[in-house]
This record gives sequence, C-alpha cells and structure tokens, in this order.
Amino acid sequence: MEQLRTIGRELAMGSQGGWGQSKEFLDLVKSIGEARSKAEEDRIIARELEHLKRRLADPDVPRRKMKELLLRLVYAEMLGHDASFGHIHAVKMTHDESLPLKRTGYLAVALFLDERHDLVILVVNTIQKDLRSDNYLVVCAALTAACRLIGEEAIPAVLPQVVELLAHPKEAVRKKAIMALHRFYQRSPSSVSHLISNFRKRLCDNDPGVMGATLCPLYDLILEEPNSYKDLVVSFVNILKQVAERRLPTSYDYHQMPAPFIQIKLLKILAVLGSGDKQASGHMYTVLGDIFRKGDTASNIGNAILYECICCISSIFPNPKMLEAAAETTSKFLKSDSHNLKYMGIDALGRLIKINPDIAEEHQLAVIDCLEDPDDTLKRKTFELLYKMTKSTNVEVIVDRMIEYMINITDHHYKTEIASRCVELAEQFAPSNQWFIQTMNKVFEHAGDLVNIRVAHNLMRLIAEGFGEEDEGADSQLRSSAVDSYLRIVGEPKLPSLFLQIICWVLGEYGTADGKYSASYIIGKLCDVAEAHLTDDTVKAYAISAILKIFAFEIALGRKIDMLPECQTLVDELSASHSTDLQQRAYELQALLGLDKHAVGSVMPADASCEDIEVDRNLSFLNNYVQQALENGAAPYIPESERSGVISVGSYRSQEQQETAAHTLRFEAYEMPKPSLALATSQASMSTPTVDLVPVPEPGYYKEYHQTSRSQASGDALSGEFGVKLRLDGVQKKWGRPTYSSSSTPSSSASSQQATNGGSYSDGGGSTNSSQMRESSYGSKRQQSTEVSAEKQRLAASLFGSAAAKADRKAQASRKTAKESPLVEKVTVTNAATQPVKEQVIPAAPPPDLLDLGDEPVSSSTPSADPFSQLEGLLGPASATPVISGTSDTSTSKAPDLMSIFSDDVPTGATSGSTDPILGDVNSMSSHKGGTSVSAKKGPSLQDALQKDAAARQVGVTPTVNNPNLFKDLLG
Amino acid sequence: MIQAVMVISTQAKPRLLKFYNFQPPEKHQDLVRSVFQLLSARPDSVSNFVEVDSIFGPGTKMVYKHLATLYFVFVFDNSENELAMLDLVQVFVETLDRCFKNVCELDIVFNFNKMHTILDEMILGGQVIETSSEEIMKSVEEIARLEKQSSTTSLIPKSISERFSR
Repeated sequence: MEQLRTIGRELAMGSQGGWGQSKEFLDLVKSIGEARSKAEEDRIIARELEHLKRRLADPDVPRRKMKELLLRLVYAEMLGHDASFGHIHAVKMTHDESLPLKRTGYLAVALFLDERHDLVILVVNTIQKDLRSDNYLVVCAALTAACRLIGEEAIPAVLPQVVELLAHPKEAVRKKAIMALHRFYQRSPSSVSHLISNFRKRLCDNDPGVMGATLCPLYDLILEEPNSYKDLVVSFVNILKQVAERRLPTSYDYHQMPAPFIQIKLLKILAVLGSGDKQASGHMYTVLGDIFRKGDTASNIGNAILYECICCISSIFPNPKMLEAAAETTSKFLKSDSHNLKYMGIDALGRLIKINPDIAEEHQLAVIDCLEDPDDTLKRKTFELLYKMTKSTNVEVIVDRMIEYMINITDHHYKTEIASRCVELAEQFAPSNQWFIQTMNKVFEHAGDLVNIRVAHNLMRLIAEGFGEEDEGADSQLRSSAVDSYLRIVGEPKLPSLFLQIICWVLGEYGTADGKYSASYIIGKLCDVAEAHLTDDTVKAYAISAILKIFAFEIALGRKIDMLPECQTLVDELSASHSTDLQQRAYELQALLGLDKHAVGSVMPADASCEDIEVDRNLSFLNNYVQQALENGAAPYIPESERSGVISVGSYRSQEQQETAAHTLRFEAYEMPKPSLALATSQASMSTPTVDLVPVPEPGYYKEYHQTSRSQASGDALSGEFGVKLRLDGVQKKWGRPTYSSSSTPSSSASSQQATNGGSYSDGGGSTNSSQMRESSYGSKRQQSTEVSAEKQRLAASLFGSAAAKADRKAQASRKTAKESPLVEKVTVTNAATQPVKEQVIPAAPPPDLLDLGDEPVSSSTPSADPFSQLEGLLGPASATPVISGTSDTSTSKAPDLMSIFSDDVPTGATSGSTDPILGDVNSMSSHKGGTSVSAKKGPSLQDALQKDAAARQVGVTPTVNNPNLFKDLLG
Repeated sequence: MIQAVMVISTQAKPRLLKFYNFQPPEKHQDLVRSVFQLLSARPDSVSNFVEVDSIFGPGTKMVYKHLATLYFVFVFDNSENELAMLDLVQVFVETLDRCFKNVCELDIVFNFNKMHTILDEMILGGQVIETSSEEIMKSVEEIARLEKQSSTTSLIPKSISERFSR
C-alpha cells in the first residue's frame, strides 16, 4: 500500500518535472522502493553503481549530468554500498568553476572522506583557493568543507585565510569562519592557540549571530581553563541581560523568546565561570532572577531556558533565593504531563539535591511515578537520581530494585553500568555484612562477567579482613556464612568465571576454618569446579591453589589427609598442562605434600591472607655477596642512566609519554620555551631510575599476582604460594577505613567508620529525631499522600528516608507502637510488594571525572611544596588534549602520564618483573597526602569505564571534595 | 556539540545521514540499524530523549521526532540542552516544510542535496549557527538563485574542462 502511494506521488511529481532530477534517478528510487528483499535492493544498486562507474569515467558526459551522477553515488553510499570508486570524481568536481558543481563536489567530498583520507590532500589546495574567492557562497562552501576535512597537518595551510575571513563583510562568512577556527581548535589546540584572542574580539561583533557563534568556541575554552576568562563574567552577564530584555532585533526571536539559543549558551558559560566562585556568582543572581520571573513555561524553548537556569544555579555559588526559584520551577517540571519535562525535572532535581538534599522529599511521589513510568529514558534517569541520593537508610531498597531490573535487561552496556553501580552502593552503604555478601552474590551470579575484577578482589578482601572491627567472632561468622552460601551455589551450572574465582578462593581460605566441613569434602567440591570448567585456566588456577591451601592447613594441624583419586587426576592433568602457571601450581602442591608439619606451617600459615609481606626493595641481603664479588675483582654496577652514550630505555619511554615531541624529529619551528616543559624533561632525567623496565601497573590485580608468583618461583618454589593471596598493599579499602593498608588518613577513617555503622545507627534514634523535627511540615503532605496507594507510600518512605517514614508511620499509628525500628520493617514490606516495573539507571555522564584530577589539588589543603601539584603542572602541556566531548578521554589520557611520573620516582634498582616497588612507592607518597593519593591511585585503573565510574563515586564522598552533602548524611 | 543528524524512514531506510564526528562509511548502516531499533521499540507519547551511549559513546543523547513516515534524529553530547535540541529539530522540519511546501518523504528522497544545504546553514562543525528558519530559507534561496545563474555554462561536455583534472 505504502509503496503504491509512493509510486503515485512519484508519477505526479515526474509529470511536474520540477525537481531537477532525471527520469533515471526517479526510476532508481522507485525500483528500490519496490524491492521486496534486501537482496533485490542490493542487486539494483549494484547495477546502478556499475552504470555510474561507466558514466563517470566517460569524458563526454555533460557537466550538469555529472552533478546528478554524483548525487546518485552519494545516494547509493547512504544506503550502505561501497562507492569508493567515485571519490576521485567528487574531488575533481570541487575543482569545477561552476558553483552548483563545486558545491555538489564539496558536499560529496565532505560526506565521503574524512581528514585522514588520502584524497584529502587534493582538496586542501582547492579549499585554499576557494577561501580567497570573491563569491561568498564559494567561500562558505569551502569553509564548510574545511570544517570537515582539514586535519591537524593541513591546518597551517588554510589558517591565514580563515583568520582573514573573520573580518569578512558578510556575517554568514564571519560566522562560519569562527566555526572553522573552533573546529581547528578542537582538532589541534596548539595550532590555533595564538589566535584565541580573536574569539574574544568577535564577541563584540556588530552582528548578534556572529556573537552567538563565538560563544561556542568560548564555551570550550572556558571549560578548559575557567580562571583565565573570569574577566568576561560581567560582559557575559550584560549580554545575557540585553538578550533577555529583548534588545536584539525581533528576527532573532524564536517562538516569542528572544534568541533562546544564545541565552542557553550564555547560561552554560556562566555556570562554568561561577562554579565555586562567590564573587563571579554575585554578578549573575540579578539576571538569573529576571529570567526566572519572565520564564515562559508554556513553550518548549521557554522551558529549555528555565532548565538551563536551574543548571546554572546549581553549579554556581549557592544563593537561597535562587535555589528557591529553581526548586519551584523543578516542581513545575515534575508535575507536568509531558514526559520531556518530567525528564528535565528529574535531571534538575538530581542537580539540586547536591546542594540541598531536602528538596527531593517534596517530590517523592513524582519520583516514584517516574520510576514506574513506561518510558525507558525517564526510568533510567530516575535511577540515576536515586543513585545520587542513596544513603545508608535507603540503600537496601534502591540496590534491590536495581538488581531486580538488572536481571531483566539484555543490553550489556546498561547491565554493566547498573551492576557496577549496585556494587558501588553496596560497598559504600551496606547496612550489614550479611546483606552485603548476599547482594554481591546476586550481582556476580547475574552479571559476573560484566563486573570488573577489582570488585571481586574487594569482596575477597572484605571476607578476609572482616570489617575493621575488633570483633573476631563476627568476622568468622561472616566467613562461615559465606562458605555456606558458596557451597550451596557452587554446583549450579553456568556461573560466571569471576564468581567461581571468588568461590574457590574463599573455600580454600576458609572452607575448613570452622570445622563444619571436612577437608576432603571441600577438596571434592573444588575438584568438581576445576573439572566443570576445563577451558577456564584462571578458575582452574584458583581451584588448585585453594586445594593446596587446604592441604597445607591440614598438614600444619598435624592431621593426616588422603589424596582423593579425582584430586590426583586433577593434579596429574595440570602438571602436564600447556599453561605454565597451572603446571607450576600443580608442582607446588606436590612439593608441599612432601614437606613436614613445621615447614608447611611457616610456608602457608593459616588465615594469614591479610598479613603484609615485607619486601626488601634494596635487596640488602645481597650486600655481602656483592661485596665479595667486588673483592674478587668484578666490575661495579653502574646505573643505566649514568652510562655514557646509552639512552635509558626507561626515561625515554616515560618522556615519550609526557611529551611526545621531546625525542622525535621536529618539523615545525621552535616555539617559545615553556617553563613547564623544561621542568618536565629535567625532572625526568634527574630522577630517572637505574633501570625502569617495570611496566606501568595494569588495572587488574590478576596480572600482578601472576608476576609475583612467577618471580618468587625462581627463588623458592614454595614461597610462590603467597602469590595466591590477595595483594593488599596499595589498594584502597572500600570497607572499614577508606585508606590504603600501608597508610592511614585520620580524617577519612573516622567518617567512614560512620558509614560502616550507618545501618544500625540510622535505624535507631538518629533518624527518629530528625523526623520528629520535620514532622510538622509534613502534615499537609500526608493528606495528599493518603490518596495514593499505600504501596507507593511505603516505597517512598523507604527511599526518601526518615521524614517520609515518619509520615507513613503516623498514618498507621493506630496499629503500631511507635518505637519499633520502623525503617527495617518498612523496607521488608516494600520488598515483598514487588513492583512489576523494570528499573533502570541512566549511565553516568561523569562530570566527577574531571574533578578527580582538576579540582582536587585546589580544594584539598595541600602543603605548598607539594610534589603532586608540581607533577600536575608538568602534565599540563602533554595532557591538554583537544577532546572536549568525552570527559573520560581526557582523564584516561592523563592517567598513564601520572603513573609514568610516579614510576620515574621509584628509587630502586630492582630488575624483577614485580610491580610491587612502584605501588609501594606511590603508597609512601600517598601516606602523607591522603586526598591526592586517591586520584594518583586511580590513575592506571581509569582505562576501564566501570572502575572509573566507581572510583569517581568514591572520590565524590571523600571529605576533601565538594560533595559534602552525601557525607553529611552519613555523619548524621 | 551535535554529533550526528539522521533522517530515517519508518521502513528503516536512511534518508539523510550526516556525522559531525567522522564515522567510517562501513559503520553507517550499523548505526542506522541500532538507532532504528531503539526508536521503533519506543511507544508513542513518551519522552523524545534517549540516552545512546552504547551506540555513540559515553554521554551522548539523542532527540528524535516522529513525523509521518520519518524519524528525525539529532545526536549530541552533554554540552547541549535537550529541550533546545528538540526545538532545533522543529526548526529543521519547519524549514524543510517551507522549502518544499508541505514536505513529504519523497521530497526528501529526491532532494537530499537540498536537505544537506539547509542543514549546512543550520549546523556547522557540530555547532548550531542559525536557528531562524526564515534566515535559513533566505540563504538557501540565495544559493539556489546563484546556482541557477552560473549553471547556464555547465552544459559544456566534461572533456573540455579536463584541464582541471590531475
């Protein structure tokens, strides 16, 4: 039917003949429309391409015809067919003198090619010529193409012309020239850095359109370094004021709003400039208030401006009156029927609760409605909001909902996201150990393959270390309950590899600890695991090591233990394995069986996975040997950096990372010396370690742990068993005191102990007190909520914590006595009343990432002679990447640099493959600087999005950073 | 910045693809397909926003409008305002409507070069440069007029202008 109608219209159009397209093209489109299968369509287009190939190469085709042929080629390529043979024709057409052909050529070239394509070099010359053309349309076409096609190397070729065009009489050309310059800046900031003043100049352009266009590059520049643009705050505020007061010509109005896009851009810029700057923010309040007052909530674009205002207010230095206005508008959004506005409202709420968490309570029912909305986007956004407002009182509800949702989604991307968030929230706010283990089991069971390995190690460490409390009994209870649950689960098919690793490790370490299960029972289970997962070497390695540990514990206790036949088979099989790692483990096991009780006891002490392993980094135990060798006439060791004529591999590599150009041939002219650059090189060469072949640490522990086991194997085969244990140094604790095991920061330890206790304490008096205070204000709310279903109310109560719980409880006061911990009860009720709705979390658009490296040194009170901030300065030139969109990009590119500098500082000559010295050294640096060490530590792990997200969150609650509200909650 | 503009028919056929961050041509169809899958799974009367970081990378969002037989899709990152983007889609459609007088899918199929011209007047290098459909129409008409003037000479066979080729 559809097709018939299409053909009908087509014929009508064909008779009009007003479209400038030939019959052939009509026929092509028609036959594609009529095609009954993809194969048929492919055949038609293949024929068409064949035809085009012939015609395009034919020199006698009239040029107007050429235009159409090229357009047909573009059409074929849009439908997904390879038209690369025609690219050269498109390039040729850009050389044409006639405007339509030239424009078509540029259009095709811009669609076909990108800056890295070989043919672009042929277009650059044409662009250069066309930029000088008298015809402004030619210039515009060339500018458009330049935005698309000019890469880093070609920028100098066209830059002078583009800069000249900034003063072109036509405002359309000026506008495009600015955009082209902006594009060049994005490609390669260094190549246009001397022209940045031009953007400021253009801000005063007579034409408001040009001024508006200038805001785009300025926004990027200001994001990069807000401090050098603080002087423009007053100008921006003035412009915004004039725009809002309708001083612009009415031609800039859109749906009765004066130049809304310019307003939005300005508000975005002000939000950046006013962030954390009281003085700058002071200039903005009046105009923001004006915009709120004039705000038009009837039109879409009016709401866009209001939303942008809210964003701005939540970003700049807070002002109570402004916040009130923002909260009011937010509630209008949330109450609206439009899904779009609800979405914006949820987003705005997420921003506002960072400043004042109480705002959320007023909108609890609206939020829950959004959570149950059929709209996927809205649901995900709401989950993001819940994630932001999670605290110890509502973590159980939120995480349970997240997991429930996680199980049902198939989209890997979101599943990973939501799994990592569950883990993170559980780690941060878990009310009880039991709950934590259960939650983690669920996450691993359903999304084990998607969770980062670090999470698994955290869980293992948690089980190993307990909860930082002195109560040994509770810890062992936790362990035995973990063992119980794992023994239950282990037989199930299709468990993710990571989960099996945890199970094996825990069973090996604690399987026999409480004497409930016999050693041979556990060993049998472990053998089953190894046999069931023949292809997974890692699981097998964990299993065999766990078996080894159980044997060792039994032998150390003096008990006789029989080798089970299936265990013997496994050992035999692994001794002949292709994997050297598995072989080694199997041989270690066999060697261990031959040792006596005392040797085994000291090699493999029971429950010692948390003990620190002392590493003698100076290898001082070799001193005697070295001395002896020297006396015998051996040549003394000269550190590599001191040898003449040899470039240290290590310093070369790390310098390369910081400053790519340092050791390569340079083609461009020498620029003015930059102090930071000089510092960087000197720093690198001065502190270059003797040998720096140690690779920069990888994010996972897995590798590390292999390396250790291997390096130790060469010395003492038995000591390799330590490799099986968790590496605990240099890892931030998620649980208990949030510090590294080798160092401790008093300020943060106090606060997170609160977090650990959070569950019990919030159930008690604390929340009741605060709820009583707020009770009166809730009177009116309660009336409204009685109309809503009780189920929803309970959900709201459990999500929004104390005040709501109180309200709820009051409603049912006749049936209940007040003093029984109402929250716990409420939580379970809500869980029982399962909502069929799926839950979602919107992935983090992670602004905190930038904070990690950018804000921290500023906000934390670091000593003035801070080595870290120096390093930060060094990183400046290298890490100023042109990327503006992906915050993750910037942070990942910074991360390796940081680490390379750290590895440079390692004052050791150890040539072993172990990464331990580096980690250790970072640790020692971090020990006197708690705050910054967080970001330093995070360096290598940033490559992984999951990890990064979790880490950013972690930083978000560290007291040194600007998210005090979550923390305040924890502290009560 | 805006990362892509797509017009896709309800039959999953691309009608216009423009990427402001280069995407290799072989990836285009995958992108169209995954975007279309997302769109077709969404019920009517829900919000016009979708987060698409699994398709276009972290932090990207998509605004779409479903009009007659076409989806108009703008993909952008978090430096843009969602509601404003929705209005930009509106501007685009309004301009098309002015340009073709009651625009339908067929106009778009046959005149996708004109659509590109309109888009180039609105968005350059991923940034919005013009939002008034009147202004856009003015410049598009100007271009059409000048093109017509100069096209009188373009009937000469290609072999004569061969000197331009390499």
